[in-house]
Amino acid sequence: MTLATAHLRIRRGSGDEPPRYDEFAVPFEDGATVLDALIWIRAQRDASLAIRYSCINANVCKECTIAIDGSVAYACTTRLRADRVVTLEPLPGKPVLRDLVADTRPPRERLE
Amino acid sequence: MTHIETDVLIVGAGGAGMYAAIGAARAGAKRVLLVDKSLVGRGGATIMAQMTVAAALGEEAPDDWPLHLADTLAAGRGLCDENLAAVLCREAPVRIREMDGWRVGWARRDGHIAQVTAPGHSRPRCCYVDFLNTGPAVAATLRRRVSRIDAIRRVSNLIVTDIVTTGGEAVGAVALDQAEGEPVTIATNAVVIAAGGLSRLFRRNSASANMGGDGYALALAAGADLVDMEFVQFFPIGHLAPRLVGMDPIMWDPFRYKLGGRLLDGNGREFLADYGSDESTGYTTPRDIATYAIQKEVAAGRGSPHGGVYLSFTHVPRGDLDAAFGPVIERLARNGIDLGRMPVEVAPIAHYQMGGIAVDETMATRVPGLYAAGEAVGGANGANRLSGNAIPEALVFGERAGRFAAAHAKARRDGWDAKRAAPAVDAIRRLRDGQRGNASAAALLEELREVMWREVGPFRTAAGLVGAANRLASMRRALADLTVEPGRAFNPTLADWFELRAGLIAAEAVTQAALARQESRGAHQREDFPDTDPAWTCRQRVALRPDGGLALKAVR
Repeated sequence: MTLATAHLRIRRGSGDEPPRYDEFAVPFEDGATVLDALIWIRAQRDASLAIRYSCINANVCKECTIAIDGSVAYACTTRLRADRVVTLEPLPGKPVLRDLVADTRPPRERLE
Repeated sequence: MTHIETDVLIVGAGGAGMYAAIGAARAGAKRVLLVDKSLVGRGGATIMAQMTVAAALGEEAPDDWPLHLADTLAAGRGLCDENLAAVLCREAPVRIREMDGWRVGWARRDGHIAQVTAPGHSRPRCCYVDFLNTGPAVAATLRRRVSRIDAIRRVSNLIVTDIVTTGGEAVGAVALDQAEGEPVTIATNAVVIAAGGLSRLFRRNSASANMGGDGYALALAAGADLVDMEFVQFFPIGHLAPRLVGMDPIMWDPFRYKLGGRLLDGNGREFLADYGSDESTGYTTPRDIATYAIQKEVAAGRGSPHGGVYLSFTHVPRGDLDAAFGPVIERLARNGIDLGRMPVEVAPIAHYQMGGIAVDETMATRVPGLYAAGEAVGGANGANRLSGNAIPEALVFGERAGRFAAAHAKARRDGWDAKRAAPAVDAIRRLRDGQRGNASAAALLEELREVMWREVGPFRTAAGLVGAANRLASMRRALADLTVEPGRAFNPTLADWFELRAGLIAAEAVTQAALARQESRGAHQREDFPDTDPAWTCRQRVALRPDGGLALKAVR
């Protein structure tokens, strides 16, 4: 059995830096999600990758909303694919804090 | 540096924290600060709740709170703090009806609130919001209430790293503003810790990301005691296979409530009766017994392919499946699961911490000004929590903690002392400039979860627990040598470092209490001490010693 690999192209950098993209190869398992891959990258490859999630599996917190190949989607329910490179970017239309984290805090929940 | 002054600070904005904020404001606190390391009302355990909320409403059948208390005490295997359990059962109906008035949407049958019988309950007592929507509905309702109260200020992505004390009293806190990477100081007259449990410390867990035991570490460091830390509830039928996305792994419980279902070993044989549990009348097996039975079957080589057992509804007519779970059946189909034709694989999963911060009936710790609420509290559930008691605990203890904290805040003067906050502020400033090391906290957090699952999980032995304790101690020593990347805005390595520091202390508390308790009782199962020992009908308290070690004391 050959071990399949998924390839992710991820937008990096904090809000005031010019964006750049890093590519990661992630072990692919049937049924795995984009969030599984991001958590794996943080533990095994690059702990500095900023992502936002809370409930992990239940799809109730909605915090892991990002752009996957340009479409807004939940990282926790989007299946990983091994057939081509998938591009991940922060949720569009909000200021970027870092990497895949956009400032999705409601305005009244910020420290001002 | 941002400095905030408030009357009551609430750490954690799940069900308990939000209700504490409401309770504090209603009790007259003019300034309530509700903070969460995630987003307010989105993280934590409440929003994950699928179904059952126990309260002696008597809507489905005659009931009264002392009957709920009797069931709670029986489930707790002789260790419940009876005063806390009584408060929980007596006030649950008040909170559930208040939530009803706030239009949470409890499911109704023939015009009354529907209540089902969950395992361990002597009558139908558990209300819910269909379908599998209890947690999201409760969280959304409380978010709405909180947002309408002017006295409550909400802050998201604020990680409280330390409680500040002077003269043994809680007077404030230091926090990391994640978005800016800046330390924040908070002066307050009372603090409520509502930061949830520690299920996230185990590899297989049904937790959200932020349930890593921070509340326990904060309380210990401030001088409060923990109690019953060895009692971690392993939910027996957590989803195992096939891979399912978009649903909480504990989602099968509601199916068991409504439709029964059969637990089968790898050969398709029912086995619960071998462990003294008769399910001929429906879903009745308590969580600790079911977890034990499944682990034993798997250990005996009779497990399912992925190392669990089968849960089957193939005997249930399709019309009944559709009627009970409508849209959920569709979601399962999208995951390739057809319950009419196939069983699923399930196995125990860390779900809830019975132990926690020691409090009295006003939710006060032994540190003046420091309160606790929700899952962070220990004692009410003893050695095993009754199904359906977690959400009432969040609501009842939350409301009380907020109310009594507000009364305390009103009666005392500002005791803030910036000098006492300086070490914690300096720690944040030093770390965010980065440090070079030989491992990341993210990698160590993964290892911590593996060690806890393997050695401090559903089955425990002295050798395994000693090994875990040694590894945890060496990880604690390694904190100074971990890599933290420089950077301020949303630097995840900075958050990881604080999460690991807190998680290690909470994990040590569980491990040492589990090692000391040389018996098996409820959720605490020792392979080397398989019987319940009446001499161990006592609680263990954990305190932090000045040298950073943990001190254990049995309390009779």
